[in-house]
Amino acid sequence: MIAIVDYKAGNLTSVRLAFQALNIDAEVTSLPEKILSAERVVFPGVGAAGAAMNRLNELGLTEVLKEVVNKGTPFLGICLGAQILLEQSKEDNGIACLGLIPGTVELFRPPDPLDKVPQMGWNSVAQCKPHPLFDGIEDESEFYFVHSYYPAPSDNEWVLGRTSYAGVSFSSVIGRNNFVATQFHPEKSGRVGLKMLENFCKLK
Amino acid sequence: MLTKRIIPCLDIRDKRVTKGVKFQNNIDLGDPIELASKYYEDGCDELVFYDITASAEQRQIDIDMVAEVAKAIRIPFAVGGGIASVDDMSRVLLAGAEKISVNSLAVKQPDIISEGARAFGSQCIVLGMDPVAVDDTERFPSGYEITTRGFRERTGIDALEWAKRAVDLGVGEIVVNSVDADGTRQGFEINLTRMIAENVSVPVVASGGAGCADHLVKVFKEAYADAAIIAGMIHTGEYTIPDIKRDLDLAGVPVRKQW
Repeated sequence: MIAIVDYKAGNLTSVRLAFQALNIDAEVTSLPEKILSAERVVFPGVGAAGAAMNRLNELGLTEVLKEVVNKGTPFLGICLGAQILLEQSKEDNGIACLGLIPGTVELFRPPDPLDKVPQMGWNSVAQCKPHPLFDGIEDESEFYFVHSYYPAPSDNEWVLGRTSYAGVSFSSVIGRNNFVATQFHPEKSGRVGLKMLENFCKLK
Repeated sequence: MLTKRIIPCLDIRDKRVTKGVKFQNNIDLGDPIELASKYYEDGCDELVFYDITASAEQRQIDIDMVAEVAKAIRIPFAVGGGIASVDDMSRVLLAGAEKISVNSLAVKQPDIISEGARAFGSQCIVLGMDPVAVDDTERFPSGYEITTRGFRERTGIDALEWAKRAVDLGVGEIVVNSVDADGTRQGFEINLTRMIAENVSVPVVASGGAGCADHLVKVFKEAYADAAIIAGMIHTGEYTIPDIKRDLDLAGVPVRKQW
């Protein structure tokens, strides 16, 4: 069973429907015991980092998520769920996050005003390192992004894929081994996104 | 590189896709789920559904249809028409839509934008606007006035002023649907689209007037649109999405080429 972590940070319907399309059992839950005993954990989310961290604390999930990652349960962060894994977000003058990946979360500051914020739409992902998450997915494939902030790990060790926007080449896929996260939305990225979710379900 | 989005628009009436010119003479184009699936398979980048009679009939949007669409396709889609409250927005999003499009309601009740953005995030809230060209540039410095209720009502609001205000209130994207170009298939209204695109910080979607691939090339290259809505030109089968993307690619417009 996959636990899709519900912490009232956005709509989880698309994530649930994507796993349903793959015939993979997934349950939306905010219960610590279900998340701790899950075979795999998906950590989605949209919206503001500060509000999200508050809700994680209220629900008692901050330590649960750290425990799940530390004990080696396959883990996938998506969008805000990827950003929160870093140490600090620059939103609202600085929000302390989970600190599972060293680095910060930065705001796009486009030199060209025609590069809009949020970045919204399909952009390509350059695969920096081989990883089973990319199995059967061509390098530079396009995925669907919606975000104003981006993860900036301080150590390149953590960078699996990169994407260019608004004058920066940012880390759009981060992680190591079976602990991974994407800034884009694989659940809304058509066939290539489904393939990535399927690959995640094979991570040991 | 971020690619330009091609967004087919499905106008829904009595659970069927319909198409008219300036909201008149509607013809039946088929089942919404079947058409959505077809365009998804063909490589469209996003979809938008307007329940065009929900507001007029004062009923809620067809939630079952939204849920069926969400099951059928794995790309983002927006829904508009018949949204009257944050609760309505919530129902549509929980059924699986990614975005809500507000138009007449936002003019009447601008706070719905900030309430929606606070509840679900700016990326969920799209402003649809229907500007019409006007001569009175003293009252309307941009040269365009916002209309509502399917172009039936004038509002006395300047188009550019409204776009900027909506961004301040928290919309994440603006669909600029030219009343003058809508349904004509003679091309997008370039000046209007470019003026909005150059003056707001959020993505701008051009709408109204798409008749051939060259019209899309023009609106992307000359009006700086981030996305373009198409309807008649593909509903009739005259063009397919792969045709359009091939032409855009040849013209040097970045598009998603594999799906």
